[in-house]
Amino acid sequence: MTEALPLPKTASAARRRARRVLALTLAVGLGLPSALFGAVLVLSPLRHLAPPGLSPGSVFLFRALCLLLLAVVLVTFGAVISGMTVWWEMRVSSRMQSRVGYNRVGAAGFLQWVADAVKLILKEDLVPKDADAVLFRAAPYFVIVGFALTFVALPFGESLIAADLDVGIFYLLSVSALVVVGILVAGWSSNSKWSLFGGMRSAAQVISYEIPAGLAAMVPVLMAGTLSMQGIIRSQGAWPWQWILLTNPFALLAFLVFFVAQLAEGNRTPFDLPEAESELVAGYVSEYSAFRFAIFFLVEYGNLWVMSAVAVTLFLGGWQVPFAGPAAFEAARGVATLPGPLWWALEILSLLVFVAKTVLVMNLIIWVRWTLPRIRVDQMMSLCWKYLVPFAFAAFVGTLLWQILLARVPWVASLTGAVLTLGGAVTAYFFLRLTYRNIAAVGDRVDLSNW
Amino acid sequence: MPETVRAYALAVGTTVRSFWHGLSITLSYLLRRPMTVQYPDRTALPVREMLPPRYRGFLEVDVSICTGCQACERACPIDCIAMVLEKDPQNPKQRLVTQFDIDEAKCMFCGLCVEPCPTGSIQHTQEFEASTRHLRNLTFRWSDPLKPWPVYKVPKDATYYPRALLGAILRPMLEARAWDAPPPEFLPPEPEGKPAPAAPAKAAPPLPAPASAAPPKPGP
Repeated sequence: MTEALPLPKTASAARRRARRVLALTLAVGLGLPSALFGAVLVLSPLRHLAPPGLSPGSVFLFRALCLLLLAVVLVTFGAVISGMTVWWEMRVSSRMQSRVGYNRVGAAGFLQWVADAVKLILKEDLVPKDADAVLFRAAPYFVIVGFALTFVALPFGESLIAADLDVGIFYLLSVSALVVVGILVAGWSSNSKWSLFGGMRSAAQVISYEIPAGLAAMVPVLMAGTLSMQGIIRSQGAWPWQWILLTNPFALLAFLVFFVAQLAEGNRTPFDLPEAESELVAGYVSEYSAFRFAIFFLVEYGNLWVMSAVAVTLFLGGWQVPFAGPAAFEAARGVATLPGPLWWALEILSLLVFVAKTVLVMNLIIWVRWTLPRIRVDQMMSLCWKYLVPFAFAAFVGTLLWQILLARVPWVASLTGAVLTLGGAVTAYFFLRLTYRNIAAVGDRVDLSNW
Repeated sequence: MPETVRAYALAVGTTVRSFWHGLSITLSYLLRRPMTVQYPDRTALPVREMLPPRYRGFLEVDVSICTGCQACERACPIDCIAMVLEKDPQNPKQRLVTQFDIDEAKCMFCGLCVEPCPTGSIQHTQEFEASTRHLRNLTFRWSDPLKPWPVYKVPKDATYYPRALLGAILRPMLEARAWDAPPPEFLPPEPEGKPAPAAPAKAAPPLPAPASAAPPKPGP
C-alpha cells in the first residue's frame, strides 16, 4: 500500500510548503522556456560565425556541432511548448466552463503536464494482435518527423531561425503534410474501424484544406515578393498598420481563410472530426497507448505553436520591433566577429515580440476551440469547397489587382492600414462591451479569483 | 446547402454572427469566478460550518441528559443503535447505561431516532468527514462498559434540558482519532470463576451481540 504524502501539520508549515511549490513551479515554468529560447538565441547566430584562427575543417565541424545542438534544442522546445500549451488550454477551457481545472500538481497545477508525460511513458506499449505491426510502429515517426521538420524554417527573431530557406513557406506547408501520412498510416495499420475512419477523414480533411491554406498563404507571398519566412517578415513593419494583415483588405480575408484552414489541418475543434470522441472513440489514435500515443498528442499540441508562428510570420508582422528597423540592427551588429551587446538586446526584443504575438494567436485558437462545437463531415467539406476556396481565390485575385493599384498610388497602403487598424479597435471595443454586458446581465462581475 | 446567392450570403452572415456572440460568451465566462468549491483545502470555512442547520450528519449523544429510555433504539429502522441498561450495584434505584453504540457505517441518517428523544439528547450534527481505514471505527461508543454513566432524571419543574452545544462533544472525538487507527479488538470472554478486575465487570458483555442484548422490539 502506498503511503499518502504527509500533510503539513501547522499553518506555517503549509505556507512554507506552498512557497516551495511556487518556487519550483516558477523555476520550471520560466526557467525551461528561458533556457530553450536562450539556446536558440545563442546558437542560431553562432552557427554562421567563423571563429578566427580555425582551419576550414574545424569551422565546418564547429558549425555542424552548432546545428546539431540547435536541432536538439528545437525539438525539445516543441515538446516543452506542447506540454505547457496543454496546461494552459486546460486552465482556460475550465474557466470558460465555470470550473477550475488543473490545480494540484505544482502551483496552479502547472506541473500537471510533466506528471501526464511521466504517466504516459510508464504505461504499457501495446500493439494490437491483428494490427500491421511494422506500420503501426512506424506511424508515430512520420508524425513526429513532420512536426520537427517545420522548426527548420520557423523564425524566432531577427536572426533567430535554423535555416532561412528561400522557399520557407512552401517548405513549411509541404513538410507539415507529412503528419497526414503518419495519421493515415496509423489509421490503416491499427486494423480498427474507428482508426480507419479517423485516418480517412483526416486525409480528406487535410488534403481539402491544403488548397485554401496554400492560396491564402500566397497573398503575403505576393505582397512580399518572396517565399522566405524572414523575407516576408522584413517586408512588413512593426506597427499594426504596417502589417500585411491590415495594409490590404484582401489579406484580411486571406488571414481568415488561412486561420480556418490551419485549424482544420491541425485537427482542432471545430474540425476535430478525425478524432471525434463521440463517434470514433479517439479516431486514428484509438489503438495507441503509452509513448506512441504521447507522440500523437505532443504533435497535436505542438502544432498549435507552429500554426500560430506561421500566421504571425505571414500576416502579423513577425518579430518586427517598433522603432528598430533593419538599419538599427545593422548598426548594432558592427563588423566584429561577435556582435555587440546592443545587437543581442535587439535580438532578445525581437524574440519577445514574436513569442508574445504567437502566444496571442495560440490563445485565439484555444478560445475558438472551446467556443464552437464540432461540425459534421458534410459541413466540413462544404465549408472548404464552397466558402473557403472561392474566398481564397477572391483574395488571391484581389491582391494581384491591389498590387497593381499600389504601384500607381502607393499611399493607399497607409490609408488602408489606418482605416483597418481603426476598424479593428472599434470592433474590439464593441466586442468587449458585449462581453461586459454578458457578465453584467446576470448580475455577475469580472472576478479572476478562485484559482 | 446554399441554393441561391441570398442563402449563401445568409450562411456567411450567420457564421460571423455566431462567432461574434459565441466568442463573447466564452470570454465572459473566462472572466467570471468559477462555481467550483475547492473542497477540502481551499474553502473559506470548513465545509461543516457552511452546511444548513438541519443537515443530518453523524449522530451525537449528550450523555448528561440521556434518560436511557431507549426510544431511539426502538425507532431505528435498521438497528444501528445498540443500548444496554443495568442497575447500579451500589444504588439499586439508579440505572446505568453500560452500552450505547451507534454504528454510523450502517446509519442511513433518516433522523427517526432524533424525533422520539424526550430530552433532545441524540441529535444530528453537521459532521460528515470521518473516513477511516477500518469500518469498525465508525461505531461510536457513547458509553464505556467499564465506566457506565447514570441515566438522567428529568426534574419536575424542568423548562429546558441543558444540552451541550451541538457538535461540541462529537468534534473532539473526531479530532482525536487518526484515520488509519486500528480497529477495536473484541476481548475473549473472561474465564469462568475468575473475578473481574473492575467493579461493574458484569456490565461488559461480549460486544458482538447487540441484537440479543437489546430488548425485543414491540410488535405492531
